[in-house]
Amino acid sequence: MEKGGQMEIWVFAEQRGGELHKVSLELLGKAKELASKGGRVTAVLPGHDVKAISRSLINHGADRVLLADDPRLGIYRIIPYSLLLGGMIQDHRPDIFLMGATAMGVELAPRVAAKVKTGLSAHCIDLSLDSQGRLLQVVPGWGGGVVATVSCPEHRPQMATVMPGAMKALPPKEREGEIFEVAVELPDENLGPEVIEITQEKPQGLPLEKAEVVVAGGWGIGSRENWQLIQELASLLGGAVGATRPPVDEGWALEGQMIGQSGKTIRPRLYIGIGISGVMHHVVGMEGSDHIIAINSDPNAEIFETADVIVVEDFKKIIPPLIREIKNRLKKQGSSD
Amino acid sequence: MKRIIVCVKPVPDPKHWGRVSMDPDTMTLRREVIPSIVNPLDKHAIEAGLSVRDSFGGEVVLLSMAPPSAQPLLREGLAMGADRAVLLSDPVFAGSDTLATSLILAAGCRYIGDFDLIFLGNMSIDGSTAQVCSQLAELLGLPNVMHVTGLSWTNEGKVIITRKIENGFSKLVGIPPLVLSVRKELNKPRYVPFTGILAAESKEIRVLSNNDLKIDPSQIGLAGSPTKMAGLEIRRFERKRERLEGSPEEIVRKLMDKIYQIGVI
Ligand SMILES: Cc1cc2nc3c(=O)[nH]c(=O)nc-3n(C[C@H](O)[C@H](O)[C@H](O)COP(=O)(O)OP(=O)(O)OC[C@H]3O[C@@H](n4cnc5c(N)ncnc54)[C@H](O)[C@@H]3O)c2cc1C
Ligand SMILES: Cc1cc2nc3c(=O)[nH]c(=O)nc-3n(C[C@H](O)[C@H](O)[C@H](O)COP(=O)(O)OP(=O)(O)OC[C@H]3O[C@@H](n4cnc5c(N)ncnc54)[C@H](O)[C@@H]3O)c2cc1C
Repeated sequence: MEKGGQMEIWVFAEQRGGELHKVSLELLGKAKELASKGGRVTAVLPGHDVKAISRSLINHGADRVLLADDPRLGIYRIIPYSLLLGGMIQDHRPDIFLMGATAMGVELAPRVAAKVKTGLSAHCIDLSLDSQGRLLQVVPGWGGGVVATVSCPEHRPQMATVMPGAMKALPPKEREGEIFEVAVELPDENLGPEVIEITQEKPQGLPLEKAEVVVAGGWGIGSRENWQLIQELASLLGGAVGATRPPVDEGWALEGQMIGQSGKTIRPRLYIGIGISGVMHHVVGMEGSDHIIAINSDPNAEIFETADVIVVEDFKKIIPPLIREIKNRLKKQGSSD
Repeated sequence: MKRIIVCVKPVPDPKHWGRVSMDPDTMTLRREVIPSIVNPLDKHAIEAGLSVRDSFGGEVVLLSMAPPSAQPLLREGLAMGADRAVLLSDPVFAGSDTLATSLILAAGCRYIGDFDLIFLGNMSIDGSTAQVCSQLAELLGLPNVMHVTGLSWTNEGKVIITRKIENGFSKLVGIPPLVLSVRKELNKPRYVPFTGILAAESKEIRVLSNNDLKIDPSQIGLAGSPTKMAGLEIRRFERKRERLEGSPEEIVRKLMDKIYQIGVI
């Protein structure tokens, strides 16, 4: 509803077990920017006993929080969540509604959009307003080979899911904001499948071909002790360890971990190659990876030809602090999902 | 089990993606020159349907919204062991976004009728929105679960569903009818025996148009889709080769952002 030109922008505050997903704060940052020409940012927070999160939402840019507190919303389930959000949209008629492209958001947003019969764009990497104040949503397709700009000219709200990390959260500061508790009306029955268990993954000794993340080390790692850094990084990222020929020859890695012409061919979401020169023998086994990060002290290393992200540095200066950072991040995330 | 529907989408073969071009007037991709394949995850969806049928009986029906030229791809699914296929083909369906696509598929499901389960792939490789599962389920008024990596059954006919979430899994228990979209970890699509290919020749592919489905034309196709293409750009497949500069501390911070963006932590 555009009251006197005020645009109403909603952000879904995603939490599991009371832990807010970082993408929600990033979306608030973006929403605040979109609202800078006249608009209000509302965070929509469903859950149970989660009022405490409201403060953080306000400090990151929410002008108000619509809090839907109910035991039936304690654990995410698609039917009660979509009924709630669909009803709230019909009551308040926001112009824009943003959600994170997380496991939860990817499932929930389309259901809500279909309920209120509006358009939705998926996995957005950028958002902006055109001259008429309409939301332009940049979405990748065809494995990133096609980039489409999607708009939703006639239906409201304009809905989008946004990739985590694509937007920047504002630095938190003490801000004023209102918290409204909305009445939760849900049927007693037919709320769909029940969640009976949530487990954290302890991915150890994951087979290379199945891993979403592969951390591969080469001759440049230098020693068996250093090799433990490769193993630690891989396990923190929930991934598997890969290797070139020399580490296998040295006995740091097992034969089954070798990637390349005479080893395995992998296509993980993320490949990180450390201390690897990048000869074709190895590259043919990893070039199908979605994302490739290469760390090598030699600026002319061949592997950089096949990399999305290039780090020219001694790995001993990068990997130990990186491991610390990831540990910190994981500690903060806790049991957020 | 009475009936299991599996949604199958023909998609352009990634081996030939380099040949795609764009029609700037209509803002659509010219993909006629690119051969189609069955969306890879949909083979896992077919396998899921077949293995439920093998344990509990019933029939597996493939459902696709695509041009008539998709029939040979449906034969592949029939060769895997599906019992029959329904192809929804009509020029008025062209240009549908996910909501319109889901409306058409929902009409197809109702036409087929009497189903206990609908399986989909979690995501297509071309549009790759991953929006159809939830929208189809909403339009049919049924619960759905995405990211499915495991299925097992209790003696009372309930289904235990394992699904991937960030850093882990959750388990749900549900009662059919359900709409489920699957990830590749769920199963390994079966090998197609030569006898399967022969048997597929005589299986039915029923082609339906909107004369059969009778969906309000203002709700489907390009005109009925709430989303519009405001721009389209083709990027050639090249590695980004972005060098992270700065002190080791700065590089580590930038590296963290990159890893986070890729979505693995
Ligand atoms: C680059 C690009 C970007 C796009 N962005 C958007 C967008 O942001 N919003 C939007 O609404 N539309 C968008 N579209 C259009 C969208 O791709 C089409 O609506 C498409 O028909 C269905 O979506 P999908 O392929 O993304 O399906 P997904 O939801 O990714 O597919 C999941 C599963 O649904 C089933 N399925 C999907 N389509 C069919 C079908 N035709 N027949 C049978 N089963 C099927 C399959 O089992 C498939 O594995 C985009 C298209 C392109 C090319
Ligand atoms: C028939 C045949 C088949 C083969 N099949 C395979 C195969 O399947 N898989 C495979 O991997 N190999 C295979 N090989 C071996 C292959 O040719 C290469 O010898 C091997 O891949 C090189 O491994 P590397 O990159 O780890 O070592 P090197 O080429 O020695 O590279 C080490 C790299 O580490 C970097 N470095 C050194 N110190 C540091 C530091 N402190 N920080 C950061 N970077 C540092 C260096 O700059 C250098 O680029 C095969 C060979 C033959 C002949």
